[in-house]
Amino acid sequence: MTTNSLTTSPGAGRAGDKVFSGAAMAAGCLILAVLFGVALFLVVQSIPALTAQPEQIQGGHGFFAYIGPIVVGTLIAAVIALVIATPVSVGVALFISHYAPRRLASGLGYVVDLLAAIPSVVYGAWGAAFLAKEISPAYDWLANNMGWLPIFQGPASATGKTILTAGIVLSVMVLPIITSLSREIFLQTPKLHEEAALALGATRWEMIRMAVLPFGRPGIVSAIMLGLGRALGETMAVALVLSSGVLTASLIQSGNQTIAAEIALNFPEASGVKVNTLIAAGLVLFVITLGVNMVARWIITKHKEFSGAN
Amino acid sequence: MSKRIDVKDLNVYYGNFLAVEDVNINIEAKSVTAFIGPSGCGKSTFLRTLNRMHEVLPGARVEGEVLLDGDNLYGPGVDPVTVRSQIGMVFQRPNPFPTMSIRDNVLAGVKLNNKKISKGAADALVEKSLMGANLWNEVKDRLDKPGSGLSGGQQQRLCIARAIAVEPQVILMDEPCSALDPISTLAIEDLINELKDQYTVVIVTHNMQQAARVSDKTAFFNIAGTGKPGKLIEFGNTHTIFSNPTQKATEDYVSGRFG
Repeated sequence: MTTNSLTTSPGAGRAGDKVFSGAAMAAGCLILAVLFGVALFLVVQSIPALTAQPEQIQGGHGFFAYIGPIVVGTLIAAVIALVIATPVSVGVALFISHYAPRRLASGLGYVVDLLAAIPSVVYGAWGAAFLAKEISPAYDWLANNMGWLPIFQGPASATGKTILTAGIVLSVMVLPIITSLSREIFLQTPKLHEEAALALGATRWEMIRMAVLPFGRPGIVSAIMLGLGRALGETMAVALVLSSGVLTASLIQSGNQTIAAEIALNFPEASGVKVNTLIAAGLVLFVITLGVNMVARWIITKHKEFSGAN
Repeated sequence: MSKRIDVKDLNVYYGNFLAVEDVNINIEAKSVTAFIGPSGCGKSTFLRTLNRMHEVLPGARVEGEVLLDGDNLYGPGVDPVTVRSQIGMVFQRPNPFPTMSIRDNVLAGVKLNNKKISKGAADALVEKSLMGANLWNEVKDRLDKPGSGLSGGQQQRLCIARAIAVEPQVILMDEPCSALDPISTLAIEDLINELKDQYTVVIVTHNMQQAARVSDKTAFFNIAGTGKPGKLIEFGNTHTIFSNPTQKATEDYVSGRFG
């Protein structure tokens, strides 16, 4: 007999392995299939809008003349949100992870997470009914004193329902995302590196700059990208807060529109090519988000050598 | 550029737990002092109190005095940041900053407190510090590469270079070779021998041969049992501790009968 005794393995235990790897594989394939399906749907449904005669599209100058201003509006709102939310979030995350006494830190972390649980329509209502009214005197001040800057050109909107208000509401909405992720990253800073900095005579802030922030950088970038994803795609809050209109440079006048809000406001009554146009707008949003994520990946890998992962 | 350390009646607590009890020790300038003892006897804890690094742990506190050339580290108004800039530390596991290049790692401590340093002076300091850590020849061509790309022993010497770049009075080493292979350990031990020409060196080690090889004086710490505080049992010339200790516990430990 030349049978190798090692080839006869006890069968038990292997079945679980196979089931698990099969399940993991199926999950992986499913997510790809869903993504592909959505992309395919967007592309196929967009084609009529892209090939339509210019006068068939809303505005009468073709699809790109239609989509251009709302792409810019979307980006403006998202940038405002991130410019406000990023420093605040990183600050709050650092306070929770490295400054606050433990009991306060856990309470504060809980409150921040709670912010994420508030439905966006509530934020929208708050922004439209409260914030817009309260903030319009500030817009008047900006128009009077900083009006020479195109972004603060007057006259300010009397209702306060401007793209800046929408951006501020969005910033409150993305704040918990960036804060929670950054906080988790900061808490994972190796003790070893924090102690290395402290042992050199670093103050707490210097230790944070030397050990915590560099270590957390890729995580902060990812957190900002997730926040950006939410800001780009947020629909309800913008639809409620923003009194939309044509593209304007001034952030404190009514005007501008975002893709997501445009789709949500017009989709119910749309028909024919209009539906295709809105879906094409969705495709553009999809492509923007994809592009942003790729840029973020690229930023992270560019610094891989120094990431501490090696 | 080196100072002596005198410790008077030092107790170390974690919360209400007394971790190290009543240590009195005089560490000479420009010498190597080794702390030996079984695990958990408080020698690392005690070492950390010599530059207030124990304060990183919540609830850790001390009673008593640690005098650096007569100045109490725990005196009112003394900033731990100042203490640590004068008393450097090298850790058990090499911990160069992974996000910094070799050069920036060496300069990390120097650039603290917003100190400005010209490029020429920085280059000279990097070379001097890496020379002082016996690392210059191995890394001079790749100063801009990340420090985490070096071998463990090289990383540890980089950490020593980083510590001596700020020209401290004292260098504390917490089991600096325990994560290293024998060749790298030898390189560090040779380095310790050279460092004592300029610095006061205090080293905690699990390795008794290492203590015998590198130190001038040795302190033996022991613990009576779990939950009891660690104590300094005997302190004297290394040769005496290893050949003719006065305490029975020391003799048992250095002869390998326990621990």
